[in-house]
Amino acid sequence: MKSFFALLAFLSVLASAASAQVTPQRLLNPGEEPQNWLMYSGDYTGRRFSSLDQINSGNAGKLVPQWAYQTMAGGKFETTPLVVDGILYGTAPDDRAFALDARTGRPIWQYQRNLPDDIRPCCGRVNRGFAILGDRLFMGTLDAHVLALDAKTGNVLWDTPAVDYAKGYSFTLAPLVIKNLVLLGVSGGEYGIRGFIDAYEAATGQRKWRFYTIPAPGEPGSDSWEGDSWKIGGSPAWITGTYDPETNTTFWTTGNPSPSNRGIGRAGDNLYSNSLLALDPDTGKLKWHFQFTRHDEHDYDATQIPVTVNDGDRKLILQANRNGFFYVIDRTDGKPLRADSYAKVSWSLEKDSNGVPIPSKDSSPTPDGNRVCPGAAGATNWMSPTYDPQTKLFYVTAREQCDVFSTAPQPYEPGHAYYGSAYFPNEDAEPFYGALRALDPATGKMKWEWKHPSPTWSGVLSTAGGLVFTGDAEGNFIALDAATGKPLWHFQCGASVYSAPMTYAINGKQYIAVAAGSTLFTFALP
Amino acid sequence: MKSLFSALAPLTLSCAVLCASCSLSAQAKNPYAGDAKMAKLGEYEFRANCAFCHGLGARGGGRGPDLTRTPKKHGDSDQEIFTVISIGVPGTAMPPNGATQQGVGMTEEELWQVITYIRSVEHKPVEMTGDSKRGRQLFFGNAACSTCHMFKGQGGRLGPDLTAAGTARSLDYLIDSIRNPSRRLSQGLGEAMKEFTEEYETVNVVTADGSKLQGTLLNEDSFTLQFLDTREQVHSVDKSSLKSWEKSRKSLMPAYDEKTLPEKDLQDLLTFLVNRLQAPGGAQ
Repeated sequence: MKSFFALLAFLSVLASAASAQVTPQRLLNPGEEPQNWLMYSGDYTGRRFSSLDQINSGNAGKLVPQWAYQTMAGGKFETTPLVVDGILYGTAPDDRAFALDARTGRPIWQYQRNLPDDIRPCCGRVNRGFAILGDRLFMGTLDAHVLALDAKTGNVLWDTPAVDYAKGYSFTLAPLVIKNLVLLGVSGGEYGIRGFIDAYEAATGQRKWRFYTIPAPGEPGSDSWEGDSWKIGGSPAWITGTYDPETNTTFWTTGNPSPSNRGIGRAGDNLYSNSLLALDPDTGKLKWHFQFTRHDEHDYDATQIPVTVNDGDRKLILQANRNGFFYVIDRTDGKPLRADSYAKVSWSLEKDSNGVPIPSKDSSPTPDGNRVCPGAAGATNWMSPTYDPQTKLFYVTAREQCDVFSTAPQPYEPGHAYYGSAYFPNEDAEPFYGALRALDPATGKMKWEWKHPSPTWSGVLSTAGGLVFTGDAEGNFIALDAATGKPLWHFQCGASVYSAPMTYAINGKQYIAVAAGSTLFTFALP
Repeated sequence: MKSLFSALAPLTLSCAVLCASCSLSAQAKNPYAGDAKMAKLGEYEFRANCAFCHGLGARGGGRGPDLTRTPKKHGDSDQEIFTVISIGVPGTAMPPNGATQQGVGMTEEELWQVITYIRSVEHKPVEMTGDSKRGRQLFFGNAACSTCHMFKGQGGRLGPDLTAAGTARSLDYLIDSIRNPSRRLSQGLGEAMKEFTEEYETVNVVTADGSKLQGTLLNEDSFTLQFLDTREQVHSVDKSSLKSWEKSRKSLMPAYDEKTLPEKDLQDLLTFLVNRLQAPGGAQ
């Protein structure tokens, strides 16, 4: 009986904490509450940087595990959890979700969507996390619905179908809340979808606007598609965007044109595939665009977080692209300022008059195979980079791998995989590997790298403690000195890290959290 | 709250059971057998879902066996192949359909198309002309293959188990692996399956007290090495504690040139490996 009352008291404390409203104003000023982690990348800039510094380069070697939460789910665990006033909210494979006491890892509630049997998500039944507003959590599902869950109970408050999942559409990203709207982009570039970015009213689930990432005939950019190829041209938007409140502009990136490795039949630049889009978040109107890879034939999705950084008066976007170039872009007009290779590149050997890399003619896949760098997984991929305003360095997970790309004239069938190709590692070349690379946006040059035995799918977190955190395919979660790349601490999680770490604090104690295998781990000083 | 948790558990379970049974309940007969158009569709699916490991044309890609060869290790009937693709091969890099990083998963119909395609590129079993019995004697005797390789549970652990190699790999690959073992090491698995690394790299280690050790790498991460020395002892070392260490793609296996293994012996050995189904194990 005594324990029952203790539990009741504990629950009521949690309930009161969970009921604190996350206002749009709080989302605009996350710097005022560094103990919380209010959105996928930490804040609207996409920097994945925390000003918490209790754990720092002087004491990181003493980090010890605090708790572990097991989802019991198979597949890749890609979530970055949110933490709001002591409660941690995460998602897991097969559209599971959970709220935990962030101090102990003990569950408050758990949720799992009852998914249809015939969903067709490319590349795993994954989900990367929630967005929050008020006391509502928002997630996209593998059957292409958008959900609002009650943050206190996990109950579904609204459930809006966005599009027909049977045609290959799904949601895997964490949504982005701007004002009273929930923004998210669709996955499905391997199915010949027509990509889009949507905004839903947080209160009702009503769709406010949709921006198609492929223009229809007559719209600007529609002449960049051959014939009817625009209808099945892909261009998904499967990674969370960023937001600049000063100019009220949201930045989203798009993926490959479909079919990914066969350009025959879709002659032209194929706008807005592999692009950076600047949208008005209130209306979904396009302000400008910049295309990283024109008429892509190597699956070089541009779905890397577009990180906003100010350099004096200059307002920039930094993006280390899957195509192997590190771009510095003026975010007021989309003009590229620099593009420097940060990994081995063979698809582009020259740049146009604006300094933009352009595809070389002989890099196209062939029926018998053509070796091109980066390979199909890219020089990086969706894993979050980080920008540390203290070191002024951009840290990105890189992959050194070339692949042999071959092509096949595959017919389009709704809901069926539509690659037009195959790719595989070049066996006779050097073994491929991965690295965390620290890039200097001022010069485009690499300051240091930490080599991984094999490429990793882990994102990166930086903190004011002079640290960067990353994980690897061998299962290690690692703290490195942000200035030098020297490893300071590591923990063997027992499974590959497919997520980006985050940090939070409770009662003045800083925690670092990362998902690996089917487990969410946290670490802190003893 | 408790009831919510217990409600969740059977839901998860029934999902898993449902998916496994939906694959297995498929008809045993390939509805598209011999249909060239379906084979072509199967080729597209194969390229998207299978070629990453099994290579273009199903000729093997290092990680995955050559599927143009028969009989196949995990069953040779259409139904057995259907099952292997559907649920994978536990303990190997072969994942269940749809679970892999590569590819997008296939419907039942697409699975049959792939099987139709595999049948269309299969070779007839190779007629081997060597002396299988003598090949077995060489394997376990003078050629000393069994010092490092297993066959049907007998032999060493330093190199790959060769029980199924005779039909999983092309003859050219096998000859190359014997004559020139360092040219292409038995390949490791991709990062998705990193937990089961199987790359037979050589590692040379000098410990802090100056002792030298050599062996085959069992596993490695950024901070540690696990390897099997030439006496099959497992070592676990912290990289930071070593005086020096290096990984090499020069195989520990000696190159069997024509002096060491004349052409006739090579043919006998290959015949033994290819005719493995008829061949007795080493214990006999």
